[in-house]
Amino acid sequence: MKKYLSFFKMRLIASLQYRAAALAGLSTQFVWGGMEVLLYRALWSAHPERFPMGAEALAAYIWLQQAFLTFFALWQWDRELAESVRNGTVAYELTRPTDLYGMWFAKSLAQRVSRGLLRCAPVILLGALIPAPWGLRLRVSPAAFGLFLLSTALMLLVVCSMSMLTYALCFFVTDHRGIVTVLTPLADFLGGAIVPLPFLPEGLRRFAELTPFGAMQNVPLRVFGGDLAGAAALRAVGLQVFWAAAMTAAGYALMRAGLRRTVIAGG
Amino acid sequence: MKLYFHYMSLHVRSRMAYKASFLMECLGQMLIGLELILGVYFITERFGSVGGYTLRECALCCGTVLMASSLAECFGRGFDHFSYVLSSARFDRLLVQPRPLVLQVLCTELRLNLVPRVAEAAVMIAWGAGSVRWTAGKAAVLVLMVLGGTSVFFGLFLLSAAMCFYTLESLEVMNIFTDGAREYGKYPFGVYGRGVLWLLTLIVPLALCQHWPLRYLLDRGPAVFGLLPLLAPLFLIPCTLAWRHGVRHYRSTGS
Repeated sequence: MKKYLSFFKMRLIASLQYRAAALAGLSTQFVWGGMEVLLYRALWSAHPERFPMGAEALAAYIWLQQAFLTFFALWQWDRELAESVRNGTVAYELTRPTDLYGMWFAKSLAQRVSRGLLRCAPVILLGALIPAPWGLRLRVSPAAFGLFLLSTALMLLVVCSMSMLTYALCFFVTDHRGIVTVLTPLADFLGGAIVPLPFLPEGLRRFAELTPFGAMQNVPLRVFGGDLAGAAALRAVGLQVFWAAAMTAAGYALMRAGLRRTVIAGG
Repeated sequence: MKLYFHYMSLHVRSRMAYKASFLMECLGQMLIGLELILGVYFITERFGSVGGYTLRECALCCGTVLMASSLAECFGRGFDHFSYVLSSARFDRLLVQPRPLVLQVLCTELRLNLVPRVAEAAVMIAWGAGSVRWTAGKAAVLVLMVLGGTSVFFGLFLLSAAMCFYTLESLEVMNIFTDGAREYGKYPFGVYGRGVLWLLTLIVPLALCQHWPLRYLLDRGPAVFGLLPLLAPLFLIPCTLAWRHGVRHYRSTGS
């Protein structure tokens, strides 16, 4: 466990070096959130009764989505890892006395967490300064906040295990870009990045919530705004646990199978 | 120009060497466009209209912006990827070759996988066209909207490349206007309120190729609005100046 922690720490420190990039990303996030809010505000002024969730819950969803974008943005792949399978440098990694899966998992987790931590505070702050109901309201009940933290942690596990599953697939297909280009838009849509899931028609929404994509940003963002609460929230968190476990197991098995048949040429 | 076509044919042939991967990328690009219109679909289905625009009208709008951005990205990708050219010191090589710089950068990459996205945009426009009472003038305006939009997007790429001279890193800030404009251009910019509309009319003139002429197409604005896309290419002037300034500022990056 200790060695994974140190991999985690190394990555964290390395990513924290890029502070200028984070600052630049920040303004982007703020503008994107702002445009989204302006759009829904226009919709709200026309038909408030057709909203599936309250304005405040939606605002919380949008601002937190921008703040924690790197936590769940599936398009933020670690190219280094996928490339290492392609060009054979994975051999170096294999000589280390650590489990490859655990090491990569720790790395990708650290990358997401570090990028997110750098960015989230200012976006949250700016979001909170926007007048109600379109600003981020920070007063939440302790229970909801606890659940939010729990589901955020679980979401990170789900996202990373999904990425790991993809990296494991790299051992079989050599060119990962194909999988990535198809998976990313799918995840965006079913995960609620394009339109928050409650805005989808009933049947599609139920389906999306059951998929692993629905166990990502959808849960914590809605828990915070209070849109997802009580038994439904607990069910969603349970589903997160299931997907994290299932995909970790699948990714682990797939990676072992992949490693068994991998032949590294050259010396 | 001959040189350009030569480079382009090289790119085409090199892409065709890996057909499967190329097809996958095409599919991915199409999914992005599909996602865009699906988002519009679910929102308009729930609310009936967005800021007074129906699904078809939004599709027309979304299609023109998607087409303009795809065309600009398809050819201007070299500028979009300029930080790579700079950080790998390939720019030095371009500087010593006796051909126009802009042309050479244009030649560094051609994104053929965007061709399906252009086709997708054409389908959106064709379907959205049902909401317009067409005249020859309006058809011309539509073409102007796409071309004007392409020039603005291209200017944005040029600007972000120019900024790379100072930062050596591509700036995510420019995403606001390139990817962001494509994403939010799916609805007429007027939907987002006056502030945004004026910003996108006067500073980064994307609305000149989207919101205003669209009003004319849908018979909600005077014919003058249809001529506004002609002003959009003026945006290229400050962008070119910035690029030139950047080139003069440039001191090599590495060996």
